[in-house]
Amino acid sequence: MTGRKLKVEAIASGTVIDHIPAGMGIRILNFFELTKQQDRITVGLNLKKSTGGKKDLIKVENTKFTKEQAQQLALFAQDATINVIEDYKVVEKFKVTLPEAIEEVLSCPNTNCITHDEPVSSTFYIKEQQDKVALKCHYCEKSFHQSFFKELV
Amino acid sequence: MKNTLYNKDIISIADLSREELELIVAQAQSIKKTPRPDLLKGKIIASCFFEASTRTRLSFETAVQRLGGTHIGFDSGGNTSLGKKGETLADSVKVINSYADAFFMRHPKEGSARLASEFANVPVINGGDGANQHPTQTLLDLFSIYETQGSLEGLKIAFVGDLKYGRTVHSLAQALALFDCEFYFVAPPELTMPEYLCDELRQAGVKFSFHDDLEAILPALDILYVTRVQKERFDPTEYQHMQSKYVLTADLLHSVKDTFKVLHPLPRVDEITIDVDATPYAYYFEQAENGVYARQALLSLVLSEESV
Repeated sequence: MTGRKLKVEAIASGTVIDHIPAGMGIRILNFFELTKQQDRITVGLNLKKSTGGKKDLIKVENTKFTKEQAQQLALFAQDATINVIEDYKVVEKFKVTLPEAIEEVLSCPNTNCITHDEPVSSTFYIKEQQDKVALKCHYCEKSFHQSFFKELV
Repeated sequence: MKNTLYNKDIISIADLSREELELIVAQAQSIKKTPRPDLLKGKIIASCFFEASTRTRLSFETAVQRLGGTHIGFDSGGNTSLGKKGETLADSVKVINSYADAFFMRHPKEGSARLASEFANVPVINGGDGANQHPTQTLLDLFSIYETQGSLEGLKIAFVGDLKYGRTVHSLAQALALFDCEFYFVAPPELTMPEYLCDELRQAGVKFSFHDDLEAILPALDILYVTRVQKERFDPTEYQHMQSKYVLTADLLHSVKDTFKVLHPLPRVDEITIDVDATPYAYYFEQAENGVYARQALLSLVLSEESV
């Protein structure tokens, strides 16, 4: 047990994002601009999962994810869990869920979409089809996989 | 029939319910039978074409005049403040909105009509936004299908040509998906229906299949919807090979149903030979004429509370 604890140090208060698919941790740090804040961040990459395989993990001190951020997180890591920590204890734990729509943060991959020329912010409707997630632009009505968004890769 | 289209923007075929599509078709049929030169009396409609158009613009403007309204507008974005002075579309729309009772627009950017509708208080009708939507084309297609088949329900409809980029095919398939129709897709692999649309059709429980041999499926069909393949998408040898497989000629029509009809959004190039024009199955020129009735129907429904 002691050996495991040393791998990623416990935090007094903040948020632990667990069950991130291996390789997504850094993308999440960048997307949420977590490194721009002054609080301590602990990142674990390619950690062994108890069920086999690998995962990433992020611990951010003194930071709580909003519901909106938790939903955006689901775009990167559909099976991620968010643990809210207070006084070294998990006081809340929940799985992220995809939102119905995501506003403002993504730019439409369609270069001929009107949103690139006009004073409007983007909206994408999120649809789950089997294992895939498609984001449909409110304006140009085109659907894209996450990998088409520069903000998500 | 209750008019739920009053004051509504017509941006995308997906925004319209089955009942609304039926209402537009019924209104078009009624206006075609009994002209109504009074329905837009005193109304000013702005005709805003930021991109060239022949049939759509002329049929919209004819529709306004046949209903007793007047139109203002422009037929090329180059002559507007937007084209010449760098004004945003949002600002142009706010101004046009204050001059007219409704406006229809065509614009080269996808999503432009949706954006315009968010900056306008009067109804906006999309006359084509880039490669995205062209709902009024779909409405005139539906009206033509209804007129020739007496129903939109349970028909067997083949789409041939450019099914990948053809927005008219995409919108018509989405609309007919509400009427339990069965689709046959006939196209070279490079131009087949996009996967995301096939997914949508599957989710809606629509029956569809892919074919290579046009002649073999013709006897089963109620409607053949032909679209133009743009030559520039292929090298000349490929184009010639493809053309020989997907061109409709009169001698292919030997065993079709009596009520079978060929539709095409026009302009036609060489995908339907002119000997088809003389057969009882050609309906594409009547279809283009129906563009006026479908647009009259739409304009009258968004601008008056009652349907005729």
